[in-house]
Amino acid sequence: MSLTVSKTYKLYVGGAFPRSESGRTYQVDDAGGSFMANAVLASRKDARDAVVAARKGFAAWSKATPYNRGQVIYRIAEMLQGRAAEFVELLIVGRGVDHDTARAEVDAAIDRLVHYAGWTDKLTAVFGSANPVSAPYFSYSAPEPTGVVAVVAPVDAPLLGLVSVIAPVITGGNACVVIAAEQDPCVAVTFGEVLATSDVPAGVVNILTGHGAEIGPTLAAHADVNALDLTGAEGELRTELERSAAGTVKRVYRPKGRPDFTATPGTARLRAFLEIKTVWHPTGSPSLAAGSSY
Amino acid sequence: MTNSVVDWEYAPAPESEAVARVKERYLPYIDGKFIEGGGDDLITVNPGRGEDLATVSTVDDADLDTAIAAARRAYEGPWSKLSGAERGKYLFRIARGIAERARELAVLESLDNGKPIKETRDFDVPTAAQHFFYHAGWADKLGYLGYGPNPKSLGVAGQVIPWNFPLLMAAWKIAPALAAGNTVVIKPAETTPLSILVLAEIIADADLPPGVVNIVPGAGDVGASLVNHPGIDKVAFTGSTAVGKQIQQSLAGTGRKLTLELGGKGANIVFADAALDQAVEGIVNGIFFNAGQVCCAGSRLLVQEPVAEELLLRLKDRAETLRVGDPLDKNTDVGAINSSAQLTKITELTQAGVDEGAEVWRSSCPLPDRGFYVTPTILANASATMRIAREEIFGPVLTVITFRTPDEALAKANNSPYGLSAGVWTEKGSRAMAMAARLQAGVIWDNTFNRFDPAAAFGGYQESGFGREGGPAGLAAYLDTDDEAVLG
Amino acid sequence: MASTVIHDASRPKGPEPGAPKGPEPVQGPPAPFADVVADQSSLRRFLDGLPGVDPVALEQRAAGLATRSIKKQSKLTAIDLAISMVDLTTLEGADTPGKVRNLVRKALQPDPEQPDTPRVAAVCIYPDLVPVAAEALAGAERTGTKIKIASVATAFPSGRAATSVKIADVRSAVEAGADEIDMVIDRGAFLAGNYAKVYEEIVAVKQACGAARLKVILETGELATYDNVRKASWLALLAGGDFIKTSTGKVSPAATLPVTHVMLQAVKDWKRLTGQQRAVKPAGGIRTAKDAIRYLVAVREVAGPEWLDPYWFRFGASSVLNDLIMQRRTQQAGHYWGADYVTVD
Repeated sequence: MSLTVSKTYKLYVGGAFPRSESGRTYQVDDAGGSFMANAVLASRKDARDAVVAARKGFAAWSKATPYNRGQVIYRIAEMLQGRAAEFVELLIVGRGVDHDTARAEVDAAIDRLVHYAGWTDKLTAVFGSANPVSAPYFSYSAPEPTGVVAVVAPVDAPLLGLVSVIAPVITGGNACVVIAAEQDPCVAVTFGEVLATSDVPAGVVNILTGHGAEIGPTLAAHADVNALDLTGAEGELRTELERSAAGTVKRVYRPKGRPDFTATPGTARLRAFLEIKTVWHPTGSPSLAAGSSY
Repeated sequence: MTNSVVDWEYAPAPESEAVARVKERYLPYIDGKFIEGGGDDLITVNPGRGEDLATVSTVDDADLDTAIAAARRAYEGPWSKLSGAERGKYLFRIARGIAERARELAVLESLDNGKPIKETRDFDVPTAAQHFFYHAGWADKLGYLGYGPNPKSLGVAGQVIPWNFPLLMAAWKIAPALAAGNTVVIKPAETTPLSILVLAEIIADADLPPGVVNIVPGAGDVGASLVNHPGIDKVAFTGSTAVGKQIQQSLAGTGRKLTLELGGKGANIVFADAALDQAVEGIVNGIFFNAGQVCCAGSRLLVQEPVAEELLLRLKDRAETLRVGDPLDKNTDVGAINSSAQLTKITELTQAGVDEGAEVWRSSCPLPDRGFYVTPTILANASATMRIAREEIFGPVLTVITFRTPDEALAKANNSPYGLSAGVWTEKGSRAMAMAARLQAGVIWDNTFNRFDPAAAFGGYQESGFGREGGPAGLAAYLDTDDEAVLG
Repeated sequence: MASTVIHDASRPKGPEPGAPKGPEPVQGPPAPFADVVADQSSLRRFLDGLPGVDPVALEQRAAGLATRSIKKQSKLTAIDLAISMVDLTTLEGADTPGKVRNLVRKALQPDPEQPDTPRVAAVCIYPDLVPVAAEALAGAERTGTKIKIASVATAFPSGRAATSVKIADVRSAVEAGADEIDMVIDRGAFLAGNYAKVYEEIVAVKQACGAARLKVILETGELATYDNVRKASWLALLAGGDFIKTSTGKVSPAATLPVTHVMLQAVKDWKRLTGQQRAVKPAGGIRTAKDAIRYLVAVREVAGPEWLDPYWFRFGASSVLNDLIMQRRTQQAGHYWGADYVTVD
């Protein structure tokens, strides 16, 4: 029996897997408290690099057609399905859950992606409107992506939670920088590998591992970040990040309690990162014989 | 007998000031009653003449507590128990009440705000009534909005509104809040408290249950106390980005729902193939409507180089015909600036533009010798680095920048922390649509500018705020739309 | 009694820059546009390259200007100005010499009870009745402003005749004493894109006019779009039309404020680019003094105050005159008048 080749967990930024520019790592233990892996301890500079990557990713992703975005998100589900066993193993080792529980979480994560894959080309119809204005104009309101969203991933359900916060953000056409749960970097970075093999354009999802309290404030204050998902931020950190986000009037999503990711998601997460844009265009009369528009 | 061309000047056509029935003193409206507030009186000024107009009693913290408690009682008492259909009927009544007293409100608004009677009569007041009418119909149809069959209201809404559209902003805030089933404590701007206090009379005459709408005049400190009051469930603010940021900061961690409608530096983009004469109209409407004191004003004109000279010539020609003066004169196009403080701000920022090298043009229209007025001004040959290209002037001052290609126009238009409005002028439909899709702004006017309707959502991207007002999207601001399941 | 300004529509006044001193020699358009009319394709490129007109914004502006409040002395001035700009018109198949003589009397003395009421600018009639009008007007300029005889021509109102027939029509009217010719353009040719034919016909008619001023009727109601109104206006200006006129009055819609806005903008632009001032005449559908004043506001604010003169602006109308007279009396007497107190010609 030959020696196992163990995996180096790196960051997922701009479609690549870099180490931290700081060279720092932290030790991740398994559920039993033994060494599991070394993960990258992302620095503030890494966070800034991730925002730059996300802005580039946003440019491409927000212009993709909703149909295309749906296909790509469905492709993520396919890739996740293909690597289900690996995630089951990671959950068992990392969280000490039994096989069925782990399997159920992975299946739910796959289903979650399929759910959102079907949302991309429905958002406009459901949250947009043709506006019956009292003047000779055609007016419509339609949702558009907000931009770059910083996401603090939840601690609960390492894979399902992560998927449940990333999927709604990218479904609407946004890009994100995700701070993975500190104790589950292996799941997060492995999910980055899934993304990297699923036609998701580089930079659309960027995953940082490390201390949320260290890099969170950088992202919350970053002027090129448009929105903040505080799901995984708790206590004082949550308030601190929210206060900091006000500096550039970021949209902030803060769930009321600990989200139950096993439940069917509503639309609040989707809507949190959409902007309603209203467009007006004159209509008027096609010809003078039809009379004045007014 | 003469053969010379007739010098035909329009005689003054002033609305009668008496129509406004201005009282010497106005009182806060709390719990269905007009009461003496505990705060210091404020004097509201008629900016058209620079004279005191009326005294207004303001609220103190105790009054605010009373108002919020009244709003809570009304919410938990009659209001949340009413059916949507009944709530709607109250709103319909208010809409009718505004229409019935439309002329009075229009004249009063012109006196207190300084905007021309033409605008208050034809826009502010009728649109305010329309907002109540529109939202009245939603009150029993909230289940169709997409947030479940019976979406819940939030509770007591604390609202703070600006001075540029005093009555209309009150309608924008109160109508959806009530339609969704909330009760309201609203603070008008310090310089324009009168029209909303007449609206209070209309509300009282409509027999709205006491405490459903409370109006608390005062200065910024009252606004700060209101939005930070623990008895408030939802905060809605329209005003400057600086104050909006303070509110967002101070509400962090409270879980209170917040919507902000803040500043802007709207780009108005004219392509060479535009219908030039109508583009000129749109530019004029974009920057001289309400003397440019509009958050979504088209204050940055981006014009494509081949037509820049021609367009500016036509624009100046047209701007020269604007009649600046007495807000009550029916032929006044541009009225007074709302306050001397705002006048100073406009003057300083305009001078900064001149100092930075912009080419200044001013209309030759004479200004009245008293009151607060600014000549329609065009700052041409500006560049993106100038303050006048980035900061909101909030006055009748247009900054003109040229561009060469659509990409350059987009880049320049989007190069702003704001994102409220943008205009596109082109006869090419596909270009208009493509620009509309890529402009980072909440409202895009294609071959028009400054159009508003209660059926159409309005609100900003980025530092212009979040949340929408108007249309189905606007109601979300006043409903509990959080549908994510949480662990017990 | 308010001072009355009587306008003489018969001559250009003062140092109007570019105002024609007499009949313009037919020599093609001035320098900036000399090449434009070289052939059909350059004419077409030019006209189709004019900026478009957005109907909604145009109509919004027209509606906005129509809310101007004109009161007191400015209203009285406007009423007198409007009366002095009327081309008092009868264009019926049933017109008789008697009808025309009555029209002329009304033109000379619109309000017998108020002799200071200005005379109208012109009477507008069919070509065969020009001699009747000429006889009825003989010597009238000794007692006041000269009233022009305007004659429609060119197979009015449809314009459906051979060019030679149209030219003959014009010549007969001019020879009979017409001071002004109101021609119709060939809308069929225009709508078919045959701009050169329309252009050449206007040039030919202008030549046949001699000293008479030429009003080019675009019949905007048949042109269907504001873009076409703009193109046709430019075509008429390029071809040397002294006036651009909206309508024959036989087609609905006739004159409207937005259409007139487009035409006023055209003459303003023409003057800016060539130095030549040209005139505008809305016709048909202007029935009340209020309507007329709204047009005057448009003249003042769209083209400019220098067009506020019967030489540069006319109303093609008949019934509007009595309403103007009634409003004039109302302004002076302070109470309203009924139709029975104003003469019907």
